[in-house]
Amino acid sequence: MKRITKALDDITTETSQLGQLEPGVTLQDRYLVLALHGAGGMSSVYRARDLHFPNVTKTVAVKEMINMATDPSMHEMIIRNFEREADLLATLSHPAIPRIYDYFTHESSSYLVMEFIDGKDLEAVLQESEDFLPEDQVVKWAIELCDVLDYLHHHKPQPVIFRDVKPSNIMVDGYDSIRLIDFGIARIFQPGQKGTMIGTDGYAPPEQYRGEASPPGDMYALGATLHHLLTSRDPRAEPPFSFSERPIRDINENVSPELEATINAALSYDPADRFPTAEAMRTSLMAVAKETGILVSPRTAASAGQPRNEVQEVWSFECEDEVRGSPLVVDGVVYVGCYDNNIYALDAKTGDFIWKFATEGGIASRPASDGELVFVASEDTRMYALSADKGTLAWTYYAGGPIRSSPVVSEGHIFVGADDARLHVVNMFNGSAAWKQEVAGPIRSTPLIVDERVYFGCESSDFYCYDFRGELKWRFGKARRGITSTPILIEGMLYFGSMDWSLYALEAEAGWQIWKFRMGRPTISSPVFSEGRIYTGCADGRIYAIDSKGGREIWHFQTEHQVTGSPTIFEDSLFCGSVDGSMYCLDMRSGRKRWQFQTGGPLTGTPTVSDNRIYFGSNDHRVYALLT
Amino acid sequence: MTFLQRLFGKAPTDLEQSDPNGIETAPLDPKTIDWAALSNHTLVGTSQSTGVERAHNEDALFSMIGSSSGENSVPNFGLFVVADGMGGHRSGEVASALSVRSVAHRLSADPLLQLFDLNGSAESLPVQDLVRRALQDANKSVVSKVPGGGTTLTVVLVLGNQMTIGHVGDSRAYVLTQHETKVVTRDHSLVNRLVELGQLTEAEAAVHPQRNVLYKAVGQGSNLEVDVETFPVPKNGFLLICSDGLWGVVPDKEIERIAWGAEHPQAACDELIRAANAAGGPDNITAVLVYFPPT
Repeated sequence: MKRITKALDDITTETSQLGQLEPGVTLQDRYLVLALHGAGGMSSVYRARDLHFPNVTKTVAVKEMINMATDPSMHEMIIRNFEREADLLATLSHPAIPRIYDYFTHESSSYLVMEFIDGKDLEAVLQESEDFLPEDQVVKWAIELCDVLDYLHHHKPQPVIFRDVKPSNIMVDGYDSIRLIDFGIARIFQPGQKGTMIGTDGYAPPEQYRGEASPPGDMYALGATLHHLLTSRDPRAEPPFSFSERPIRDINENVSPELEATINAALSYDPADRFPTAEAMRTSLMAVAKETGILVSPRTAASAGQPRNEVQEVWSFECEDEVRGSPLVVDGVVYVGCYDNNIYALDAKTGDFIWKFATEGGIASRPASDGELVFVASEDTRMYALSADKGTLAWTYYAGGPIRSSPVVSEGHIFVGADDARLHVVNMFNGSAAWKQEVAGPIRSTPLIVDERVYFGCESSDFYCYDFRGELKWRFGKARRGITSTPILIEGMLYFGSMDWSLYALEAEAGWQIWKFRMGRPTISSPVFSEGRIYTGCADGRIYAIDSKGGREIWHFQTEHQVTGSPTIFEDSLFCGSVDGSMYCLDMRSGRKRWQFQTGGPLTGTPTVSDNRIYFGSNDHRVYALLT
Repeated sequence: MTFLQRLFGKAPTDLEQSDPNGIETAPLDPKTIDWAALSNHTLVGTSQSTGVERAHNEDALFSMIGSSSGENSVPNFGLFVVADGMGGHRSGEVASALSVRSVAHRLSADPLLQLFDLNGSAESLPVQDLVRRALQDANKSVVSKVPGGGTTLTVVLVLGNQMTIGHVGDSRAYVLTQHETKVVTRDHSLVNRLVELGQLTEAEAAVHPQRNVLYKAVGQGSNLEVDVETFPVPKNGFLLICSDGLWGVVPDKEIERIAWGAEHPQAACDELIRAANAAGGPDNITAVLVYFPPT
């Protein structure tokens, strides 16, 4: 029979429908029930008055266990278990464990009479606090919990394993001291003995699912509880044993790295990797308390230090102005535009100058080529076709405004957007206009051409899909700012960024918005795809890896300034420049930095990889070639 | 050679056309179906059985499909839901039925109406958010109206050439292409979690006594984290959504053989349910099988 790992509130509802003691009822002619105090598991707890002390008000807690079992052996077993809890409590004496006064059975119910604790449990504390619980408070409780668990684990004649450490089983009394409640499933520890799985999902250690209970299991549950207290993320709502996927400091950066490390150790999957004893964890927590002063000193940011170049430069070539565009590498030649108005052709191996051609404006885009001709668009409003070998002019095409979009070659035509709010489709051989399409604003996004459809973004915030006849297939108008980013199309889905701080995923057939990923600033970076992930840069200084199917962040890498260029993937490396002047090489899968290469100015373009080398321009006027 | 033989390159299996529950109904006569005309359409089959060992059916399913053709036609639309309820006193069947109804209401309102709106209304949520919200709404309904009840819930919303899957629990969505058969949902069962962590093998998991224990389900609590992912529809392939009464009993290879061997997804679904019952039918069985054309 299928069942859900139980959430306590469900059971509470069930119990509350069962026979419940009304206030005013007296049990054993001694305990006057005053009110229902709480319910959980198979039992209810009442606040009651002990009438054997008529002159003072002695308040006690009466825990009632209703035995619903109809099967006689089951009925018997439930009573035995309850008696065991009573017997166990009777042998324990610790300030954090409630004292037991009495035990009796009446009709189909059994009762435990215990010390009444005036306070609330940590589950309630969590629910009532709007902010994260402060670290010093949590560390203080954790140390007290280690104390009591250490007492239990060293209990004579046999150790006791609590097996159910969780916020709702921990009370804080009026003196801000911890009290451990509900010994319903605590058990005498017998090494090697297996029992049935009990405990609470989310807090219970993995080995408890195999029926094993040992002191490191309680350390795990304590770790899970502390994780919950510090992050407010309920482990019952998460996949089991997934704490490593939610590092504490990712959620609550006020927690010290020392405390996080201590909790992580307690949460190790393998019991052998955890603290062997509660005493060991207590020692670690005390060290945290000392280290952080508990008066929590503001943590100094790790000093970045002087970046040094960890990778070999093959060559660099100096132009006369900033190189903001992106290079193209074809047949051993690097073509790159520059703000000195020139397009340069350089030998990819040596960096030697081959030719240059002067336009009348800056070149912010990437050239295109069909092998014979090189096409370059300039802010002088023109697009030029040059011979690849000598750079002689074949034709010139005039747009109505500066061109910042990169030309794209497809089916004998060049597609390019311009600031005149038009998409221009130009015959590749003679430079005549095949068709133009006017849209709502300047086009700086580079058009994407797939299966006789043209996709491009617009500064007006619209995104368009036209067919080859110039007929509008659909328009997406839900971005709130311009779309400069160039789209990519993977398995029928389009991905692009917008200056409204979002990365969009659209169904390509009809333009349905499937998901949207929110970043920290606008983005004009163009996404790239590899192994089920989308990579993009953002003006918040980060390079993001995002799951393409679900739109969730996998990792991000923080650079020192805006990331306006786009990443390039080669094998399992991601290359991306930043306005901080560095080219970064990251492990594509983890986002860890492999190396960093510092140039003398901001990097705004997109690197190109060819023959194990990476080519890019910098605003320090240079074009660089590095070994990947 | 029949259309399907040409299409799939395999001879269709000669299926016994009897009702999966053993009740005789009039079978579909393949000769009356114009296969050539149907080849460009999405085809759907659904089938359900209480199984051999259970007295009640706690599974629920929903299937809706819109297709159109013509110049600038409306993109494909489809909504498919499978829910497998749990809980005593019939709360399982109430929870699964309520969830299916809630999701169908939510997801047929917003996206369907927008589909016919050429201009695209100003405000609409991303599809994944719509799906996530639909499952969360279903969860709220179950938590408030069916205490003690719960259900798995696997929802597939097809829009154009993409399908967005919202999922909680251990029912499954499969994608079958000519190259492979793969599960695209994650079972939210403790046993599967242990498999993911490398603590159990698939073989151990299949016979583990706690394999029916879920760590996530609709009705468990007020906050529900939903898995939502979008996949391209499998061109010339199938989407299968089923409860564990099917996948826990009939091996994937057999599911694959039946899907590709049948003459119509409906015949395949009936055969899948028959196969599960023939293997003992320990649980309720539900299958929704959708065939997507090559173009």
